[in-house]
Amino acid sequence: MLDSSADRAVGETSPVVSKRSQGLSDRAIAWLFVAPSIFLLLAVNIFPLIWTVRLSFTNFRVNRPNAEVQFVGLKNYISVLTDGDIWQTMQATAHFLIWTIVLQVLIGFALAYLINKKFRGNDLWTTVIVLPMMLSPAVVGNFWTFLYQPQIGLFNYAVGYLTGTDPSAFSMIGDVSLAPWAIVIVDTWMWTPFVMLICLAGLRSIPSSIYEAAECDRASKWRQFWTITIPMVLPFLMLAVLFRGIENFKMFDLVVQLTGGGPGSITELTSINLKREAFEKWRTGYASAYAVILFVTVFGLASIYVKALNKVKQR
Amino acid sequence: MSSYSVTEPSVRQKWAAGTLVVVYALITILPLLWIIATSFKSPSDAIAYPPKTVFQPTLEGYVNLFTTRTRATEQDLKELGEPNTWYDRIVRKDGFIIAGPSRFMERFSNSMIIGFGSTVLCIVLGTAAAYAFSRFKVPLKDDLLFFILSTRMMPPIAVAIPIFLMFRSLGLNDTHAGMILLYTAVNLSLAVWLLKGFIDEIPIEYEEAALIDGYTRFQAFYKVVLPQAMTGIASTAIFCLIFAWNEYAFAVLLTSGTAQTAPPFIPTIIGVGGQDWPAVAAGATLFLVPVMIFTIVLRKHLLRGITFGAVRK
Repeated sequence: MLDSSADRAVGETSPVVSKRSQGLSDRAIAWLFVAPSIFLLLAVNIFPLIWTVRLSFTNFRVNRPNAEVQFVGLKNYISVLTDGDIWQTMQATAHFLIWTIVLQVLIGFALAYLINKKFRGNDLWTTVIVLPMMLSPAVVGNFWTFLYQPQIGLFNYAVGYLTGTDPSAFSMIGDVSLAPWAIVIVDTWMWTPFVMLICLAGLRSIPSSIYEAAECDRASKWRQFWTITIPMVLPFLMLAVLFRGIENFKMFDLVVQLTGGGPGSITELTSINLKREAFEKWRTGYASAYAVILFVTVFGLASIYVKALNKVKQR
Repeated sequence: MSSYSVTEPSVRQKWAAGTLVVVYALITILPLLWIIATSFKSPSDAIAYPPKTVFQPTLEGYVNLFTTRTRATEQDLKELGEPNTWYDRIVRKDGFIIAGPSRFMERFSNSMIIGFGSTVLCIVLGTAAAYAFSRFKVPLKDDLLFFILSTRMMPPIAVAIPIFLMFRSLGLNDTHAGMILLYTAVNLSLAVWLLKGFIDEIPIEYEEAALIDGYTRFQAFYKVVLPQAMTGIASTAIFCLIFAWNEYAFAVLLTSGTAQTAPPFIPTIIGVGGQDWPAVAAGATLFLVPVMIFTIVLRKHLLRGITFGAVRK
């Protein structure tokens, strides 16, 4: 079907004869090619988004389909924003977000810098480092609970071996003060390679002639690093931070398998909290308002960030 | 004789850098090696203190992964006589008999069906759209990257509510078709973006030559452009496949019985008295190792996809 209509669209005119008629037929093909994708994206991405906004103004509950749905105005939004638990959730998310980004940027950049020294076999070792980020976060996160077990867990054993503490004396997941770090460690382990890859692309994009020129001007290595390497990699690094920031703001699979938000609700990140409201308490309207607020927050922050990124790029 | 270059690191620098990177790499794959090792341990070896690195390998974890078992009394075991198969022998050693197959195979094949189904659909739709975006003036062109980013800003849980409602009214809840459509849509915007990048790199002169030779636009597309874009299409496909393979949030919320994939299932493998870690590790190994092999074999083609198109080469 595709074939015949496309043939008709172009086949009527000899391709070289008339530019105008060729343009017309191209247009038909363009729409034919784009339409299915647009349709699917509208149906599965945009339509649910609009539906969420609509639900956020109602008291609808999924588990009570027969109850009358009432329009409640901004009530859901007000109760989300005045809920004390939300702010605790936001704090947990902020802790997770800030520390994962700081650690991943530092380690990721350092690794990229080292790999860029082009030692023998760097290709193979880069691939080995990339492995964790290719794997299913839920499955890997679940296995990390085993590594984190007091006494028998490999992580506790290694820490005990290196620091001399008793491996059964601490529980990364069960302890209120350690659990926020447990999720930071696993996320850093998993996603540092992502920052590394983008930094590596940045480092490789710097033409060596710039360093040669700096060398002729007798600039020290230290100076070259701060005035050439860092500014040239910065746009890449900022892009990596943007992607990691967005991904970790909506972090769900890894953390839900690792701690499930616990102990208590100390590692209950926004997505986990949202899942509780929507699929355990079934407060659909409330959860929709919550989702809209989250979306607007991320969208706003990301837009400001992208503006800053573009400024850095132009410099 | 090689010429001296100021930008080439010295041998000593290379050694130092190499050593540090290798140390990091070894630490980072330790948990993955531990998963594989645990899958070959007996339950008592798996929870031994100190953690065992040398152990008698057994397939008990794999047998437990694929079967459900019930406890049997000594007498039952005697009445049954000698075990017929090697897996019967492993199970009966601990005083159990095999009651039937577990649901792991089913979950694993769901992962395959949904993963490959959504990848094929995504590539077919995505390649067509990317070609149109690359070669024709389409009004939405400039908004594409913005669109990709914004669809990724919404937490999956947030869109899961209306998708849940929509699927329920369409009868798509907990079906393969529903999950294939969903994963296709999630991957599509990024796939179009990546594919557009690949198609942009194919010189337009090739097609123009084909058109002058009397090919139609469509013939030019699939006889000239498609073969040239094959590497790009393949690497985008790998990206889509890995995403669908690993996805958890939608799978856990929208599927329960028939269409559930492996990621929500593996963590729920329970043995006698808590999680059966060798069986969990066996499931994880079977699920993760294909991706590891893929990554190592196809490393050159993966970079662009997993960095959202930020890395060109």
